[in-house]
Amino acid sequence: MKIANKKVTAERLVKDALAKAKHFADYNIFTFLNEEGAIKKAREIDAKIAKGEKVGKLAGVPYALKDNFLSPEGETTASAHILQGFTSPVTATAVAKLEAEGAIMIGRTNLDAFAHGSSTENSYFGPTLNAFDRERVAGGSSGGSAVAVALDIVEFATGTDTGGSIRQPASFNGVYGLKPTYGCISRYGVVAMASSTDCIGFFTKTPDDMDLLMSIASGQDSKDMTTLPDYYNTELERSHLGHAQGRSPKLTVLDETSSSSISNNHKASGCRVGIIKDFDNDSVDAEIRQALKEKCELLKSKGHEIVELEMPSLKYALSAYYIIVPAEVASNLSRYDGIRYGFRSDDSAVLDDLYDHTRSEGFMPENKRRIMIGNFVLSSGFYDAYFLKAAKARTLIIKEYEKAFSKVDFILTPVAPNPAFKLGEKVNDPVAMYLEDVMSVSLNLAGVPGLTVPAGKTKTGLPLGLQLVGPRRSDKNLIEFAKELK
Amino acid sequence: MDIKREDILHLAELSEFTLSDAEIDDLGEDLKGIIKYISQLDELNTDQVEPTYQVFEMDNVWREDKILPQEAEREMLLELSKEDQDHQIKVPKVL
Repeated sequence: MKIANKKVTAERLVKDALAKAKHFADYNIFTFLNEEGAIKKAREIDAKIAKGEKVGKLAGVPYALKDNFLSPEGETTASAHILQGFTSPVTATAVAKLEAEGAIMIGRTNLDAFAHGSSTENSYFGPTLNAFDRERVAGGSSGGSAVAVALDIVEFATGTDTGGSIRQPASFNGVYGLKPTYGCISRYGVVAMASSTDCIGFFTKTPDDMDLLMSIASGQDSKDMTTLPDYYNTELERSHLGHAQGRSPKLTVLDETSSSSISNNHKASGCRVGIIKDFDNDSVDAEIRQALKEKCELLKSKGHEIVELEMPSLKYALSAYYIIVPAEVASNLSRYDGIRYGFRSDDSAVLDDLYDHTRSEGFMPENKRRIMIGNFVLSSGFYDAYFLKAAKARTLIIKEYEKAFSKVDFILTPVAPNPAFKLGEKVNDPVAMYLEDVMSVSLNLAGVPGLTVPAGKTKTGLPLGLQLVGPRRSDKNLIEFAKELK
Repeated sequence: MDIKREDILHLAELSEFTLSDAEIDDLGEDLKGIIKYISQLDELNTDQVEPTYQVFEMDNVWREDKILPQEAEREMLLELSKEDQDHQIKVPKVL
């Protein structure tokens, strides 16, 4: 990515990005443009460069921030009415790390309210348009971030991925999108959706940019007890494809069973890549299946082996996901009551009414569906049949990935069953919208990383993407191996 | 399973929503469809399977019981609420 130096000023980079953001205003990408703040910060960096002072690895690099990351610059709304008026006094750890390296946020991007959705149509601010076809959806929930990178407004954008919210919009807009291993990047200061599956990640134009961002953002944070000790910059730094060393067998549950060719004396040219038989059927778009076949041929020509996998439990991942996640959503979103911050309904004589009115007016229909489903699966009489059952299914899914990664180094699958669909096509049919996530949610339930890799276009010019999956803590290897798919 | 109007009203109460009649009908239909879909899990045999709630084991994190400086000060937090008075957040009467 282009970084400010003596020849190119940060102010130039930031002003160019802001001009592009305005040029593409009708795509509805941004919920806030940080004009004043971004230019001020750029000038500070330019002053440092002029004086010969040390600047960060992302000096003057303009980026877009998904509007569910807290920072004092602009309102953090999560594209929800109920958070309007909320300017955060705190800064998310991921944002602080990026900004400490000199990255400059030029705007906050649109999402499905509270990241509930797969199209960015459930936003209080209206939908974001697809970068390649303005009649189609951006994907979601991180639709604004994906389009901001695809239209080359910014060098990178942040995202959150609870069930596919980075990978699917990346695929719909032809960019790289990484959902890291669960716990790799701190969730502190990011609006919580489902705490046991939420992951912070990025959209970039190249694997190398992704690697740089991961090296900056990952690591343990005392403010998020689910963060893992930094493995991205330590253990795995030794592990390059084609070399004998790599993941310590003690690292993770998944790795204990791994006979990965990366960790065991194989060459990069000898990686084993799994494809999932159950995903090769008519419910998946023919051009996506064709793209997958072509990439498999490409990998074979480079000396890699393709292995067919049977993963029968994955069929149940979406059901388990739409039980576990709404349960966590219902709990996490109970905090929005209109008392301490954000929107408060005006016409309430007593406190109980204030809660009800604020929540009824402040949430989008999809927020309400998920909160109610969550309260249903957690309520007495249904807990065992739904929530407990789903938590057990989650164990089976984790075991199925462990077994798969004892046979292969990576798995390559479609990201979603189809390329970007038309605006309005699925927004009134919740189950049809949920089926968008059918191939992405199992990774979140298992905590394994997944990287969307661009894979050409349809005959009509829509981007296609494939999902490269690896065992827990294999994020760096995924990014490295993505280059083999070019 | 059948979702009745009273079930929707009960869930709305648990969720702290006041729903219009149209919303009750629409959400009733939506929830029926979603519950039918997620009920596919019934097919899966989970006998002898332990549940998973977190993908990594979590250890409690301890620190010394000392007051540390906070990013957000009291006044900043109070300013976020719609109404405050005497360093307290003001709300309508409880009863």
